[in-house]
Amino acid sequence: MSAEQNFHQAVKKSLQNTELQTRTAAAAAKHQFAVAEALKQFADLELARNRAKYIKWRVNENLDKYLIDFEANLMRKGGKVIWADTPQTALAEIEQIIKKNQAKHIVKSKSSICNEIGLNEFIKAKGYDLTETDLGDFIVDGFNEKPFHGILPAAHKTKEEINNLLNQKISTSLDIELNEMTKDVRDYMRSKFFKADIGITGANFLIAENGMVCISENEGNVRLASAFAKTHIIIAGIDKILPTLQDVDLFFSLLSSYGNGQRLMAYNSIVGPKNLEEQDGANEFIVILVDNGRSSTLASHDQREALSCIKCGACHFVCPVFTNIGGHSYGSSYTGPIGSITEPLAHGLNEYKHLSNASTNCGKCNDVCPVKIDISNHIIRNRRDNINAGNETTGEKLAWYTWTKAMLSRKNLNRSTSIKNFTFRQLYKTAWGAEKEFPKIEEKSFNQLWREKFGGV
Amino acid sequence: MKIDLFIPCFIDQFNPQTGFNMVKVLEKAGCQVNYNIEQTCCGLPAFNAGQWNEARQVSEKLLNEITPDRNFVCAGSACTGMIRNSYDLLFQNSSYHNKFRQLQKRTFELSEFLIDVLKIENLGSKFSGKVVFMDTCTGLNGCGIKAQPRKLLEQIEGLELVELPNQDECCGFGGTFSVTNSDIAIHLGNKKLNVIKETGVQTVVSTDYSCLIHLKSIAEKQESNLKFLHLADILAMGL
Ligand code: SF4
Repeated sequence: MSAEQNFHQAVKKSLQNTELQTRTAAAAAKHQFAVAEALKQFADLELARNRAKYIKWRVNENLDKYLIDFEANLMRKGGKVIWADTPQTALAEIEQIIKKNQAKHIVKSKSSICNEIGLNEFIKAKGYDLTETDLGDFIVDGFNEKPFHGILPAAHKTKEEINNLLNQKISTSLDIELNEMTKDVRDYMRSKFFKADIGITGANFLIAENGMVCISENEGNVRLASAFAKTHIIIAGIDKILPTLQDVDLFFSLLSSYGNGQRLMAYNSIVGPKNLEEQDGANEFIVILVDNGRSSTLASHDQREALSCIKCGACHFVCPVFTNIGGHSYGSSYTGPIGSITEPLAHGLNEYKHLSNASTNCGKCNDVCPVKIDISNHIIRNRRDNINAGNETTGEKLAWYTWTKAMLSRKNLNRSTSIKNFTFRQLYKTAWGAEKEFPKIEEKSFNQLWREKFGGV
Repeated sequence: MKIDLFIPCFIDQFNPQTGFNMVKVLEKAGCQVNYNIEQTCCGLPAFNAGQWNEARQVSEKLLNEITPDRNFVCAGSACTGMIRNSYDLLFQNSSYHNKFRQLQKRTFELSEFLIDVLKIENLGSKFSGKVVFMDTCTGLNGCGIKAQPRKLLEQIEGLELVELPNQDECCGFGGTFSVTNSDIAIHLGNKKLNVIKETGVQTVVSTDYSCLIHLKSIAEKQESNLKFLHLADILAMGL
C-alpha cells in the first residue's frame, strides 16, 4: 500500500478512537495552559520570537559555513564529526563504533532523530543490549510503538496501561503511585547507566562557534548517558546549528516554554569533548550529523525556513488535524503541521503529498511557533511545488481547467445551472463523502439576479 | 460613501439572497453600493489548492476590475484574508505590486467595515431568539475578526447571543481539504455541530458562507433543524 493509502486508513481508524481523542485533547489543553504561564517570563515575547526567527534564518542561509565551523571547533577540542547523508550511513557508522569498542551495553536517551533513522530496531536486531532511558520513550518502546508526540511521546497512554507495562518490564507493583513508579524506573535505569559502554543521545542545539552540544531535559538521563559511558555518540540533524553560545539562553527558554510549558527545563547541559585535565566525561565524543533529506528542504528556496523548527511540538497541540488523528496516523518521523511541510520536502513531494494536503489552513500553528515559521503558507507552497513538478492527476487538471475557465469569464460562470451542478458533482462525487448532502447551486446566481434587476447583460 | 461590493463565489452560486442582504445592510449604513457585473472570484480556492498560476489569473482579473480609491467590502473573511494576506505571495515584485497594495488597504469584511470604518453598531435590525456566532479561522486567525461581529449581533433587537465553547476550533472545511480529507473534515464538522447542538440554540451565524455550507451539508444528512445564516442575512432582518 502506498504511504497515502496507509495514511487515509490510519486516519479512519484514529477518528473512531474517541478515547484517544479525548486524551489528546486533555493533553493539548494542559499543554496550552502551561505554555501560556511559562511565556509570561518574556518581557517582550514578540521581540524574542522575532530574534529567534532571525537567528535561525541566518543559520539556514549560511548553513554550509556554520556546519564546517562546528566541525572544525569540535575537532580542535578532540571530538569527532561523522557526516551521514542517509539513515543507513548513520547506522553503519554507529555499528562500527559499537564493534570497535566491543560494547555490550548501550543507553539511549530521547531523541526524535533516533526514531527517524530507526536506531532502536537496528541495534536490537544486531543483538545488543539497548536501554531507552527516557521514561516516555521507555514506555513507548515497551509497547513497540513510535512516539505519539515529539516532546510527550506517551501522551496517548493511560496510567493503567503504563502500570501494566512497568509491572511486566521491571516488576513494579500494579497499584503503584506515580512518585514510586518513577523511583522504581530510576533505580532500574541507574543500574543500566553504571554498566553502559556507549551513551547515545540527541541534541537540541549545536553551537558553531565552539563545537559544543546543547541538551535540554527534565529527567537527567541525558546527562548520565553522556557522563558514565566511555563513548558518547550524539546524533543530530544538520538543522540544529546555532551560531554562538550567546544564542543559547534565548533558545533554551523558548524551547522549554513552548515545548513543555516550563520556564526552563530541569537540566540544561552544554557538553563537549573532555579536556585533558578533566576527570568526568566520555573518552570519545562523536557527533553524527544527519542530512536525510534536510538539504532538499534547504534547496527549496521558499520553504527553507521550515528547517528553523526547534521541535517544540507546540504547533501539534493547536492543530485540529493532529489532535484528532493523533501522531501515529501520519506514518512519518515528524508529524503535525511542521511534519506536513518537511516530510514531503525531504522524502518526496508527491509520495507525501497527502501530508501537505492534511491541513485545513486554519492558521493557529503560525501563532504558536516560537521561531515564527510561516507554517500554513509553507504547506500551501508544498502543494504548489508538487503541482509545478507536474504531479497533478488528469482529473485534478481537468477540474482546475474548468474552474479557471469559469472564473475568468462571467459569461461562462452564468451558464446553465444543470451543467454546473453536473460538473460539480462529477468532480467531487468520490470525495464529498456519504455523510454530507450535496449543496445545490441556485438556478440563478447573485450575478444573474443583479443583472436582471439593475441591468447589464 | 460609495463602496465596491465583493460577493464570494460561494454566495454567488449557492445563496444569492445573502448577496442582496449585503446590499440592504450596506445601504442602510448609508453606503452607495457598486457591484462590478464582471466579478467572479478572489482566487482563494485555487491558491489554497496550490494552483497558483490559476489563482494568479483569477486574482489579476479582480485587480483589474476594482475602482481606484474606493473601499472594497467583502461578504466573507476568507476572501478578505486572501486579498489582505495571500496576495502578497502571489503578486510580490510583480507589475501588480502597487495595485494589490492599494487594494489591501481598502479591503474589509462586512463587520470590520461597519464597526471599524463606519463605526456603526446598531443598524436597527430585529430578530427574535437566540443565536450562536461561529468564528471562522480565516476571520479569527487570518484577519483578527472577533469583536466586530459580536458587537453587531448584540445590538440586534430581540437577539440573544450565546457563546460557543472552544470558539477557535476549526469547523473542518478548509477548501479543498474537505475533498482531499473528507473523513477529517466531516469529523471536525460533526464536532462543531455537537457543541452547537449542546447549546440548544437553533440558529448559527457566521461571517463566511463556506464554513456554513460545510456544516449545513452535514447537518442536512442528519435531518437536523439547525438554521445557518450569514451575518448579512441576520443583519438584514427587520430592515
Ligand atoms: S514548527 Fe514551530 S511550533 Fe512547530 S514544532 Fe517547530 S518550532 Fe515548534
